[in-house]
Amino acid sequence: MSMIETNKLRKVFGPIEAVKGVSFRVEKGEVLGFLGPNGAGKSTVMRMLTCFLTPTSGTATIGGHDILNDSMAARRLTGYVPESNPVYGDMTTIGFLRFIAEMRGYHGKEIDERVDRAVEMCWLGDVRSQIIETLSKGFRRRVGLAQSLLHDPPVLILDEPTDGLDPNQKHEVRSLIRRMSADKSIVISTHILEEVEAVCSRAIIISNGRILEDKTPTDLKIRSRRHGAVNLVLAHGDGSIDPAAFRNLAGVREVEKVTAGDNRTHLTLFPKPGAAICGDAIGLAVEKGWQVVDARVESGDLNEVFRDITTREGERT
Amino acid sequence: MSNTWSIFKRELKGYFATPVAYVFIVIFLFLNGLFTFQVSRIFERGQASLDVFFNWHPWLYLFLIPAVAMRLWAEERRSGTIELLLTLPVSVVQAIAGKFLAAWIFVGMALALTFPTVLTVMYLGQPDMGIIAVGYLGSFLMAGAYLSIGICMSALTKNQVVSFILAVVICLLFILAGFDVVLEAFNAWAPAWMMDAIASVSFLTHFQSIQRGVLDLADMVFFASLILGWLYACGLILDIKKAQ
Repeated sequence: MSMIETNKLRKVFGPIEAVKGVSFRVEKGEVLGFLGPNGAGKSTVMRMLTCFLTPTSGTATIGGHDILNDSMAARRLTGYVPESNPVYGDMTTIGFLRFIAEMRGYHGKEIDERVDRAVEMCWLGDVRSQIIETLSKGFRRRVGLAQSLLHDPPVLILDEPTDGLDPNQKHEVRSLIRRMSADKSIVISTHILEEVEAVCSRAIIISNGRILEDKTPTDLKIRSRRHGAVNLVLAHGDGSIDPAAFRNLAGVREVEKVTAGDNRTHLTLFPKPGAAICGDAIGLAVEKGWQVVDARVESGDLNEVFRDITTREGERT
Repeated sequence: MSNTWSIFKRELKGYFATPVAYVFIVIFLFLNGLFTFQVSRIFERGQASLDVFFNWHPWLYLFLIPAVAMRLWAEERRSGTIELLLTLPVSVVQAIAGKFLAAWIFVGMALALTFPTVLTVMYLGQPDMGIIAVGYLGSFLMAGAYLSIGICMSALTKNQVVSFILAVVICLLFILAGFDVVLEAFNAWAPAWMMDAIASVSFLTHFQSIQRGVLDLADMVFFASLILGWLYACGLILDIKKAQ
């Protein structure tokens, strides 16, 4: 049984069909990245999974519990950080976490234990009795995460968990997610593609309320034009090198000259599908007597794939 | 049930976390004193009864109770915490009950602090304590009815001011329905049953009979059903428009 299973989830707001039949599964140990342009329906799907919104049609199960018929059981298995991380600003960190622990059904000493553990996990020790409103954005975000982890839920749903954080804080949140991923099913939404590569084991690209791709980040990158491309830097000025020579190599589809402000030659060689061209290119350069300063194989550009898939979508339907 | 209790505690503490609670209580007590002692001149009437004190309550509540209630859901909407709260294992009914009871107890505390007025009439003579107790009970029930309107209006919007104004307008309608002036306007053309119907939804009509010390089941049922009805409407509103 999958921890999360959605079946043709659909949500209509007035005249707008925000989510148009979305089905996917998330297993234990997976971190699923939800990618998509703003307004794609990411948050709406998450809000349905967490029983905030009722689907217009279709349904989902969390740990086997239906979100419509067995909503309370589904909620108990889920930790959720909504978009923009709402928390009760007038409470102290500890007061807020104790409130959530009570709402999660803990009593007496167990509340203290749960709260202490969450405080420790999210490095909140220094701000235990501070009013949440007065905390920095990074700390507030950690309070939001701590709230979702109090009951050690098997399912975690995080809507843009690193939005608005500085690079160090982003790194912290991502490593926290990675640490927890082994025994949980985690869904995160984001529009930062590096985040997908950093934490996700699978990515779903959603646009206009539809799933367009459901693959591992590596598989997605293979679709990039730049996948397997070689960036070559030669220690010679423009005049002495003939880029066309590389075009005659068997695996090369295209050669592009990159302008960089030095008197070296920067070339990008694009391979034909599936071809590995780095060795051949260096071989050719050596043969011609051109000194290779740097050669780097690209794994592909997720941004490019994302743009490609989400803008091409009009033609598909 | 324990969820309702947790929400109740959080909300009640929330009132006292800011100066708002104290300001409310001070204004409530001040106006009560002002109207009872200065305007209605309770001393000079020479009657050991709290009639004139309770007379002012429908009007005081008209503005003060929507101010207590306006925050309850509008603030959750504005800050987005409604999404946090309503995805916890808690039903909408439990959440509304917790918030409503917290606000009601808060108003009850303010009402209880008017006890010096009772001491005053005890000093003036031998008041009928039964009538006073029934008066307080009626006033508390009526406060609950105002609150249920306020909490329902608060669920409609994320703007506390809008919620306040809507609540005042609706509460005013419930007061005015019992006024002679209003009833006379209908008198010319409305059939008698309609007049009765309009008069019978008025806070004033029901509160006045309680105030006289008559604890009529019909009046209790009126306020109780009004409270439940508005809270039910509040639940419907939350269900229909959770996210905006």
